Amino acid sequence: MTMGAPRFWRKTQSRYNLYGVKCKSCNATYFPPRKICPSCRRASKLEDVKLTPKGEVLTYTVIRSAPEGFERQTPYIMAIVKLDEGPMVTTQIVDCEPDEVEIGMAVEGVFRKIRESGKDGPIYYGFKFRPARADKDLAV
Amino acid sequence: MKMNKVAVIGVGLTKFGELWDQSFSDLFVEAGANAIVDAGIDGKDIDAIYLGNMSGGRFIEQEHMASLISDQAGLNPAPATRIEAACASGGLAVRQGVIAVASGMHDVVVVGGVEKMTDITSERVTQTLITAADQEWEAFLGMTFPGVYALIARRHMHEFGTTREQLAAVSVKNHANAKDNPHAQFRFDVTVEQVLGSTMVADPLTLLDCSPITDGAACIVLASPEKAKEFTDSPVYITGAGQATSTIALHDRERITVSDATINAAKAAYKMAGKGPEDIDVAEVHDCFTIAELLAIEGLGFCEIGEGGPFTEEGSTARGGKISVNTSGGLKAKGHPVGATGVAQVVEVVLQLRGEAGKRQVDADVGLTHNVGGSGGTAAVHILEK
Ligand SMILES: [Zn+2]
Repeated sequence: MTMGAPRFWRKTQSRYNLYGVKCKSCNATYFPPRKICPSCRRASKLEDVKLTPKGEVLTYTVIRSAPEGFERQTPYIMAIVKLDEGPMVTTQIVDCEPDEVEIGMAVEGVFRKIRESGKDGPIYYGFKFRPARADKDLAV
Repeated sequence: MKMNKVAVIGVGLTKFGELWDQSFSDLFVEAGANAIVDAGIDGKDIDAIYLGNMSGGRFIEQEHMASLISDQAGLNPAPATRIEAACASGGLAVRQGVIAVASGMHDVVVVGGVEKMTDITSERVTQTLITAADQEWEAFLGMTFPGVYALIARRHMHEFGTTREQLAAVSVKNHANAKDNPHAQFRFDVTVEQVLGSTMVADPLTLLDCSPITDGAACIVLASPEKAKEFTDSPVYITGAGQATSTIALHDRERITVSDATINAAKAAYKMAGKGPEDIDVAEVHDCFTIAELLAIEGLGFCEIGEGGPFTEEGSTARGGKISVNTSGGLKAKGHPVGATGVAQVVEVVLQLRGEAGKRQVDADVGLTHNVGGSGGTAAVHILEK
C-alpha cells in the first residue's frame, strides 16, 4: 500500500518506539494504541505505555510474491510475535534465514527500514524483529 | 431473534472466469436477467436492489456502483444500495435483502454480487485484496493476503497436527466438484502431489491452495412467502440469517486458528432457523484458501475445532459424504469474484435444494452458506430449506 506522510507520522511513536496503551481498569495492554478498551468500553482508562520489544514467534510465513515496495526483499519472513507484555504484532523477522525461523523462537525488536515508495518517494522506518541475542542492546 | 421466512424465487449466474469481453455492468445485467427469468417476474415487480461489491473503486475505478447497475439493467427508479465488507460483501448483501423482505418494507428484491477483477494487473489485484486487512499494521509492514492465511495455516498445523496433505485435500475435492459445474472457472482435477508441487506463494501455501482472480456475477430474487406464491409452487426459503464481526487484524484475535466471527454468525443463524450443524446436508463455505475451508467447517460445527484436516481427508465433506461441502467447486475452483461470492453461494444451495444441480446433485433438504470478509473480521451465514 502507499501511505501519505501524515498517516505515517501520526503513529511514529508506535512505529519507532513500540508505544501501546494500558488500560488501568482491567490491566490489558494493547498494541497498536486504541482509544477504547474493548473489554471495559465506557470504563476504559487508557494510558500510553512503551512496550518492551521482546517476545516469541506465534506463527510465521515466508512471502515469495511481494507487494509494491517490498519486491527487493523477497523472500522475507513475516510473523505474528506475541510480546512478553501480551499484545501480538505482525512483523517482519530479519537476520534469520527462512529455514531457521520456528514457532516459539525468542525474538527482539530492532529499528529498520520498512519499505521504499517508488524511486523518489520517502523511505519508511519502523520496527522489525530478529532472533533474540542476550549480549546486544536493544535498538528499539 | 425470530424472523419471517423469506423465499428465494429466482437465481442466476454468469460464467466465472477471465471474461475479457464483458464489463462490470454487463456481468450484473446477465446474472440479473437469468435470475429474473428464473423467477418468472418482470422488472416492474422489483421493489429494491442490493449489490455486493468489494472494490469497484480499485478494480475499475468506479464507485457509485448501485446507480450504474440499476441504470444499465433498466430498473430505475427502484432504490439500489451497494454493500461492502471485502470478500463478504455478497453475503451481507443477501442479508440486507432478507432484512428488507422480512421486515415487510419490500415484497420483491433483487440481490446481486459482482466483481470485475481482470481489468487490472495481477499485482494491482493483490494490492487491492490486502485492503481487506489492517492497512497500517499488516499491509504496510509487507503482509499479503495469502500471507495472512499462511500464518493461520502454519499455526493450525502446529496446534492440531494438521498436515500439508490435508490442506491439499480441500483443493483436490473442490476441483473435482468444479469439473461438474458448467459455470466454474477451473473444470479440471488436481492431485495432492500437484498442489504440494505448485509454486510456493506464502509458506506453507502454494498457488493451488489459493482461489483465483475471477470476473463474475450472481443474482437472486427474494420475495415474501405470500408474494412468492404468485410466481412459484416450490420456493426455497431462507430460514436463518447470522452475521458477526471480529478484529480486522489477525494478530488482534484471541485465537488466530479459530474464526470467532464464523462461530458467532453460525450460532445466530442456527438459532433463528431452529437447526444445528447435524441438520445441514449441503454447505457452500468460504474457501478463499484451503486453510479457510478447515476453519469454516470447524467454526460451523460440522466437526470439532482442529479436526477439519482429518475430517476432509477421510472424505466426510466430499459429495455424498457426511456433509457435502462446496459442491459448486467453492471459491477455489468455481472462482472467487469477491463481491459476487456470497450471492453465488446461495445460488448453488438453491439449485441443490431444488434438485437442479445436474451432475453434482446431492440428496439435500437443508443447506447453509458461509461467507467471510478478510481474515475473518466479518462472517455471514444463511440457512436455506425447501
Ligand atoms: Zn480495560
